[in-house]
Amino acid sequence: MHETANNRYPVLPFILIGLGVLCLAFGSYFGLFVAPPERYMGEVQRIMYVHVPTAWNALLAITFAFVCAIVFLFNGNFKWDARLEAGIEVGVLLAFLLCVQGAIWAKPTWGVWWDWDPRLTTTAVLLFAFLGILALRKFVEDPVKRGIWSAVATIIAYVDVPIVYFSVRWWNSLHQLQSSPATVSSQFYIPLRVNAFGILFLMTGFIMLRARLASLRHVNEIAPPPMMAEEAGELA
Amino acid sequence: MIAALRKEMLLQWRTRAQFLAVFVFGATSLLLFSFAVGPNAEDLRKFSAGFLWLGLLLSSTLTLSESFHAEMENRALEGLLLLPADPRVLYYGKAIANWLQLTFLGIALVPVMVVLYDAGTTRIPMLILVVALGAAGLSAPGTLYAAMTAQVKSKQTLLPLLLFPLIVPALLASVKSTSLLILGDPMGSLGSWLSLLGAFDAIYWALCGLLYGRVVEE
Repeated sequence: MHETANNRYPVLPFILIGLGVLCLAFGSYFGLFVAPPERYMGEVQRIMYVHVPTAWNALLAITFAFVCAIVFLFNGNFKWDARLEAGIEVGVLLAFLLCVQGAIWAKPTWGVWWDWDPRLTTTAVLLFAFLGILALRKFVEDPVKRGIWSAVATIIAYVDVPIVYFSVRWWNSLHQLQSSPATVSSQFYIPLRVNAFGILFLMTGFIMLRARLASLRHVNEIAPPPMMAEEAGELA
Repeated sequence: MIAALRKEMLLQWRTRAQFLAVFVFGATSLLLFSFAVGPNAEDLRKFSAGFLWLGLLLSSTLTLSESFHAEMENRALEGLLLLPADPRVLYYGKAIANWLQLTFLGIALVPVMVVLYDAGTTRIPMLILVVALGAAGLSAPGTLYAAMTAQVKSKQTLLPLLLFPLIVPALLASVKSTSLLILGDPMGSLGSWLSLLGAFDAIYWALCGLLYGRVVEE
């Protein structure tokens, strides 16, 4: 996709980002003003309308990166390396937002900013693990090694996520149990779903743009210096 | 594989001064942890398992990042890869050597912990098992990451950055098992923590061996 589209201006990601902003605007309006406050937690609960969609999408972005890592290890196409970089970066951003939103919600509800709950701890571990991979990418100059190593590290870190989750769950637990749409009134889940799609569109748009950037950087990186390219052109 | 392991053990024997230095580093960090808590004997005893494992974890970054030192000199790794042997054999040789070294380090740190924190246990074989399993959890991903970070500039920073978040389950299970041994185990939950640790080890010893070939290939 990127080889042919390199010189064309990317339209689709911007459409997706626009769509995402619209969805988020509608979902947040609905969640903030139309949906009734929750009985026990009151107005604070409204943060759920961004928090839960962020969580879903953060996991989705990291899973996308994991799939890219496997595909890259098998076929060695740098298109997948670019997508891996984009997926990790957007996933790290969402995981960070998730921790921040969680802390904002936890302070009035539990009385503390942070708690050693399985999902919280797993998100933090995931955030740090993938930040480490982004740091690794910055330190390796050879693009082939960088691609393979970050793919390997992504696979190893992704496999760790469920193990961290279960080990922390044995260790300590306090978090809200998940609700299913069947147990929640439609006024609660409409903004939740709209926002989930909003963040999904935004995330997809960002990943596409970021992957394009990574691809262009890679092309630039492996390109011969301008002098040599000119000479090669003259020889041809 | 025996040859790969023999090479690693020989190298480690020749650099035994380094092992001693790392042990002193670990013992020093155990001493320093007690300053973080204060001289309350009861608190120190309660946290002793955590201190032991943090001390071992900090020391492990030193031994792991040094473990590819010989391979990086004179591009010896390339020479090893030219041998008609599976790179996985090289990985397992090095990982087992690292595992043995960390196990001995952990066992050597236990008496320091006992003296400093009054945290002894009579179930010595069990404690050795916990140390061995925990050290295995550190050395499998640690050896793989050391192979990567040994080739880049700021390896001392990068290795812990990659390794520490990853080994959270192993650390948690090791600390929990050790502290159950020291403080007593009324619920009988030691077995489940040990099986978690064993599962972590099994997954990463298999997965890292599988991926190592791609990490070192040229």
